[in-house]
Amino acid sequence: MTRNRQWIVLSLLLVALGSLIIAYKVVRLGYPTMPDQTSDEWMVQARLEIQAMEGPVLASLLLPVRSTGFTVSNENFISRGFGLTIEEEFFRRQADWAIRNLSETRALYYRATVIADTRNTRFANTPEIPPIPQLEEPWASALTDFVADVKAESADVESFASEVLERLDENSEDATVELFRADMDSPRDQASLAQMLLAGAQIPALLVHGIMLQNDVQRAPIKTMLSVWNGDHWLLFDPLTGQKGRPGQFMIWWRGEEELSSISGAKLSDLQISVKRRLASSLELAGKRTDLKDSLIGRISLIYLPVQTQSVYEVLLLVPFGILVIVVLRNFIGLSSFGTFAPVLIALSFRETELLKGILLFMFIVSLGLIFRFYLERLRLLLVPRLAAVVTIVVLLMTMISMVSHQIGAETGLSVSLFPMVIISMVIERMSIVWEERGAATSIREGLGSLLMAALAYLVISMEFLVYWVTVFPEINLVVLGVIVALGRYTGFRLTEFLRFRQLAAGDKP
Amino acid sequence: MLSMLNRMRSSGVLGLNRRNGDYIMKLNRRRFFPLVDDKVLCKQKLQQTGLPVPELISIASYMQQASHLEELLGDSNEFVIKPAHGSGGDGILVIKDRKSDYFVDTDGQMVKRADLAHHLTNVIGGLYSLGGQPDVAMIESLVHFDPAFAGLTYHGVPDIRVIVYRGYPVMAMTRLPTRESHGKANLHQGAIGVGVDLGSGVSVGGVSGNNLVTEHPDTGLLIAGLKIPHWSRIVSMAARCFEAVELGYLGVDIVIDRDLGPLILELNARPGLNIQIANRRGLCSRLNAVDQLESLHENPDQRVEWSCRTFGNLPADLLNQVPL
Repeated sequence: MTRNRQWIVLSLLLVALGSLIIAYKVVRLGYPTMPDQTSDEWMVQARLEIQAMEGPVLASLLLPVRSTGFTVSNENFISRGFGLTIEEEFFRRQADWAIRNLSETRALYYRATVIADTRNTRFANTPEIPPIPQLEEPWASALTDFVADVKAESADVESFASEVLERLDENSEDATVELFRADMDSPRDQASLAQMLLAGAQIPALLVHGIMLQNDVQRAPIKTMLSVWNGDHWLLFDPLTGQKGRPGQFMIWWRGEEELSSISGAKLSDLQISVKRRLASSLELAGKRTDLKDSLIGRISLIYLPVQTQSVYEVLLLVPFGILVIVVLRNFIGLSSFGTFAPVLIALSFRETELLKGILLFMFIVSLGLIFRFYLERLRLLLVPRLAAVVTIVVLLMTMISMVSHQIGAETGLSVSLFPMVIISMVIERMSIVWEERGAATSIREGLGSLLMAALAYLVISMEFLVYWVTVFPEINLVVLGVIVALGRYTGFRLTEFLRFRQLAAGDKP
Repeated sequence: MLSMLNRMRSSGVLGLNRRNGDYIMKLNRRRFFPLVDDKVLCKQKLQQTGLPVPELISIASYMQQASHLEELLGDSNEFVIKPAHGSGGDGILVIKDRKSDYFVDTDGQMVKRADLAHHLTNVIGGLYSLGGQPDVAMIESLVHFDPAFAGLTYHGVPDIRVIVYRGYPVMAMTRLPTRESHGKANLHQGAIGVGVDLGSGVSVGGVSGNNLVTEHPDTGLLIAGLKIPHWSRIVSMAARCFEAVELGYLGVDIVIDRDLGPLILELNARPGLNIQIANRRGLCSRLNAVDQLESLHENPDQRVEWSCRTFGNLPADLLNQVPL
């Protein structure tokens, strides 16, 4: 009896162990349970195109500094032939590329991986109180009037700054503002103007420049914001709307009057900032964000494997889920397929091709393979050489599909090489045997059955949150193992048996 | 759906999962499997136990032997080629006649020498064996079926399947080849399964695929009410197989030769479940009846006697048709 009960204990133990580790990771180590948008990683790239002129070239680019909102977790420079130095000061970083001779147009790249960082960080030193700007008339008295006016309508620095920005609004008819706005044509100018007006009230202000992080932006515009010191910390204002606070996806790049890039000895013909979201990086994020290295369970994690290995394991860890689907389909539904787990391998290859195209490619290869296989039958080849011939034909077919699809510019064809060719060859071989022994109908039906099982397995393993879960919580496979053990003791009917034995169930015999 | 489940349960149908989990895995020990999975070994074992089997003409284990047909076949004109590790009747080639340079199969089709040799190499190469391992081809003498079956078969040998549970015959059927099954007696290839009453050896009704049939599709003869000759010997032989291979859940396939009487064709450690449809009753209640015995009978004859008494149940309308 104890032996018969062992599977229950084992199954429960496995499920409990897996769940416990997951719970520990979520509750104690703060792993996110869902791949949420805000904790994503961004690839930010600045591309400088410089046109050669005479003499040595010095190009410099301001680099992002850690500040509230986002942090650079990794960065690199691509600048073949240039000497690179990085200047670091408080709240200011700059890369300098230098070359003695430049004969052609060249592109310099700066690439940064940026992650969300919600901790509050100051983005500049405590400022000096600015002197009141020395202006000529009529501006000097206009400024004094304006400051006095605004002061009357505000209580503190924050409301003062808001009021200033409100009056700067294009539609306002404030005569003083009209006077100042004469030579203003960009948001940045508006921010500078606000800065000057604030200086009139001896309130320190700073221009802050950055970009909005949005996926797949080829040319991210520079957004300038106004930062105001309230005596204790910096407040951010949108100079155009007067809105207070940092917009959620705004990444601060640099601050002050400087331009993002300056260049001497050559002409900057283009400066392009592109942004891309990096998916499936939540795993690394969890590791980077917290101090997991102190925790044993945190240390046993895929994060510390090389990146290529990680993606291999991502696929491997999905296999048990695919197999679980097969177990259900076979032992509970009662479907059968060519090769027990062949549908899982086919499903894995669908990950590269997408479902519909994958099914079409699979059917195409198998059909052509079958035709060759029927021809080979007439040559009376011995078994192993014949199988080898089928594998070779399958490989040639795949190569052909890749080349043809590349010519016509279809990308799917290229991923066909990931199809499990030996599995496909075995499917072809089994299909042709069943074809001869039990007829074409049975053979095609079983072939389509295998394909259906592969499609169902694919639908499960392609679920985005599942991919996330297996990479962040590999121990979930302990739970899967426990479930498989439990399912292995199911001795009830299969769904298809209701159909098979319907005559017996209909009868009223004891 | 739930009422369907209840009806399936109460009808005592044995499902595949239950057969595998509760019977085969419990009662058929892995180490005895080779005895039935290898038909050559099985034949030897049955002969040692004193049970009659079709004569083995020769064994081909090497590819080269396929090109020396004379050595393999001797002077036999009728023979059957089988993979020793085959399953489900796949890879079986039945030859009825031999001409100077070709053979004739059960359908009357010509089989060239080269075709026959190719078939042998396929068998030896492992095309039909479980897991694709290299196999050996058995060449067996052809069974001449008993004239009792004359109108009930199409180009092939009908056989009798008896399920033997812990030594007790619990259910039986006979399998009739059809045009669709190409003379083979396997149900999934299109043969007809006919339930047989254990006590009397009289057929009770047939099934083709999963559908009930009353007459043979090729000959039109009524299927029910046929008395199978040598029935008591057949049941007794089946029960004795338990002593030979020690498998608690066993399918015994028997053919009746015109001259030699019943012969054991092969044993099966994973017998199919269609026998339940052929008999229109589930296996569970009969398996339970054996399990509820206080002590199992040591003597095969006592077991047969108990089985025939307990499970024999010929419907009254058939009783009148059969000349006893």
